[in-house]
Amino acid sequence: MVALNQEIDHVSNVIGPRLNGQLPAGDANAAPVIEAHGIAKIYRIGDIEVRALDGVDVTIHRGELTAIMGPSGSGKSTLMNILGCLDQPTRGAYKLDGVDVEKLNDDQLAAIRNKKIGFVFQSFNLLRRTSAIDNVEQPLIYAGVKPRERRERAKAALEAVGLGNRLKHHANELSGGQQQRVAIARALVTKPAIILADEPTGNLDSKSGAEIMCLFQRLNEDTGMTVIFVTHDPRIAQHTRRVIRIADGKIIGDDAITDQIIACPDKALPESILEKLEHAPA
Amino acid sequence: MLLRELIKLALNTLAANKPRAFLTMLGISIGVAAVIALMSIGAGVQDYIAQQFSSAGANLIGVVPGRIQRGPGGGAFGAQAPLTMADYRAVAANTPNVIDTSVDFARPAVFAYGNKTSEVNVTGVMANFSAIRNWNARLGRVIDETDIGGRSRVVALGQTVVNDLFEPGEDPLDKIVRINNVPFRVIGVMESKGSSILGDQDAAAFIPLSTAQERLFGQQSQSLTGERIVSTIYAQAANKDVTPAVMASIESLLRERRRIPADEPSDFSVLSQDELINTFGAVTGVLTVFLGAIAAISLLVGGIGIMNIMLVSVTERTREIGLRKAIGARSSAILTQFLTEAVFLSLTGGLIGIGIGLGAAFLVSQFADFRPVVQAGTIALAVGFSLAVGLFFGIYPARRASQLNPIDALRFE
Ligand SMILES: Nc1ncnc2c1ncn2[C@@H]1O[C@H](COP(=O)(O)OP(=O)(O)OP(=O)(O)O)[C@@H](O)[C@H]1O
Ligand SMILES: [Mg+2]
Repeated sequence: MVALNQEIDHVSNVIGPRLNGQLPAGDANAAPVIEAHGIAKIYRIGDIEVRALDGVDVTIHRGELTAIMGPSGSGKSTLMNILGCLDQPTRGAYKLDGVDVEKLNDDQLAAIRNKKIGFVFQSFNLLRRTSAIDNVEQPLIYAGVKPRERRERAKAALEAVGLGNRLKHHANELSGGQQQRVAIARALVTKPAIILADEPTGNLDSKSGAEIMCLFQRLNEDTGMTVIFVTHDPRIAQHTRRVIRIADGKIIGDDAITDQIIACPDKALPESILEKLEHAPA
Repeated sequence: MLLRELIKLALNTLAANKPRAFLTMLGISIGVAAVIALMSIGAGVQDYIAQQFSSAGANLIGVVPGRIQRGPGGGAFGAQAPLTMADYRAVAANTPNVIDTSVDFARPAVFAYGNKTSEVNVTGVMANFSAIRNWNARLGRVIDETDIGGRSRVVALGQTVVNDLFEPGEDPLDKIVRINNVPFRVIGVMESKGSSILGDQDAAAFIPLSTAQERLFGQQSQSLTGERIVSTIYAQAANKDVTPAVMASIESLLRERRRIPADEPSDFSVLSQDELINTFGAVTGVLTVFLGAIAAISLLVGGIGIMNIMLVSVTERTREIGLRKAIGARSSAILTQFLTEAVFLSLTGGLIGIGIGLGAAFLVSQFADFRPVVQAGTIALAVGFSLAVGLFFGIYPARRASQLNPIDALRFE
């Protein structure tokens, strides 16, 4: 643990300890951010019917840090895409932050993705030949944020992920871990209700993976942001308080984690950065 | 919200992908430039030829011996029973709707001055030659009635002959040149008409018709029956509308005089300026079609270039579109961005193409006798086509991708 913490020193600046080895459990009294009932996703290829999701119920409250685990092909990505409004379920009801998603048209879905969701992909999906800060600014362009404020918030987001000194680097000039942190900065720059990450550490080594976990824990702790991610690695899943297990398109387990790993116990995000991240327009 | 932002975004994307932007623009530029240059040259050649003929004089009809085959590869055929002064007098006396008539007699001759010589046709003309052929003297004067009446040994030289015989800057007026060893006094230098597809028009010299027939060529200018031979009979029709009727009446008059049976073709040709233009127009028409075909091929090649580059980048762009949708772009925002890119590339490429095309046309005009004619329609066609290709191949993949589910777009291979 100590060695790991030293390794990830540069992820965020030191302000002072905030965590006491415990993560918040999310506010169970608050309205759920995610309320999904009977979600099914069925693909038909010729005569064969693939039930990627087969009646999934999930409720996730504001401020939770949750991992989703399950064997390959069990439907994790399918679920994340539906939760992220990137894909629509064949059946089921989904309420995101109180909004009935199935009633929305394409443009409204785009707006929801822009305002309420920050998506992090396994393969980063940054714009090539484009600087880190320009990448992070993209969602703010579609949010209609003025160029100047955009710059500032993108800079703050990159500082929050420990890349304040890489603003002008292009994606191909960054390591995998750094690229994923740019992608996280892009996800959090709009101050979304949830960050959804589909195997964010899947393409990274364990050190970079730990850095990402540190970031998620910091964001979750310091800004109260809801984070859901998919992982195959039990150790990575152990950074959360809750693990949802899924197999063959069904939820087969929903466990509380009692012995969390705290990736970076004494590294809170600086107030200056938090302030800017809070600056999201209503 | 953000039209300005989207335009900025499009330009930034182009700047981030310079090779792609450059190659696309190149395709458009080449297509546009080729069309403009080739079409302008074709139109220029056509104009030039029309001008060559119309400079001969308005509504001019010419009669020459022999049968002229019309169209490309034409020429004079048939027994060349010569035209005579009697034919000319009959035409002059009996053709209605004619303002003026004239006749000439031309033969090759050797010109000598000092130790320099020049071989060109010398043409015996009437005093109205200048008016009817619309050709005046640049220096001195042309042949007049007095010269004709006196069968004077005077000559008005074409520019080429002057160049052949005299030093640059030497004044040819009143110098004595020898034509087939007969001394003639130079009374004028004709305006230069330049060269045309008919040959060097300035390789000519004019003397009084009487002098040519009676003094210079004596025997040669007499037919077997002792008639004076002429080379061309001219008639100037009153206006464009009566020209065909005048031609028909000359034709029937001469057929009758020459006793040509009704089922045989004439052994002479009645030509109008329009007909000459049409004859050569057929040639230049082929040329224009040919150039047009090359231009069309260039456009096509340019278009395929654009298409290739656009399609090659579809995978990358489809993923980009998927990502943009994932982070909250509406389909309309994506289309606007891609439309801006395509319009910018097509327009910039088109403008550069116009520049190159006009430059090439101008360059050609520096080395050729004709001036390329740039028509607005040509530019519109070229730019319109490139725009269409650029827009179609820029927008079509974008439109398809923007309708994909973001996840499918992100997974696109
Ligand atoms: N577009 C599609 N068309 C047809 N079947 C699909 C499609 N997408 C996913 N599936 C199927 O749905 C099932 C669940 O896929 P999903 O990608 O959600 O799995 P996963 O749990 O994310 O797996 P992994 O851990 O390998 O990423 C699989 O059987 C897959 O073959
Ligand atoms: Mg998956």
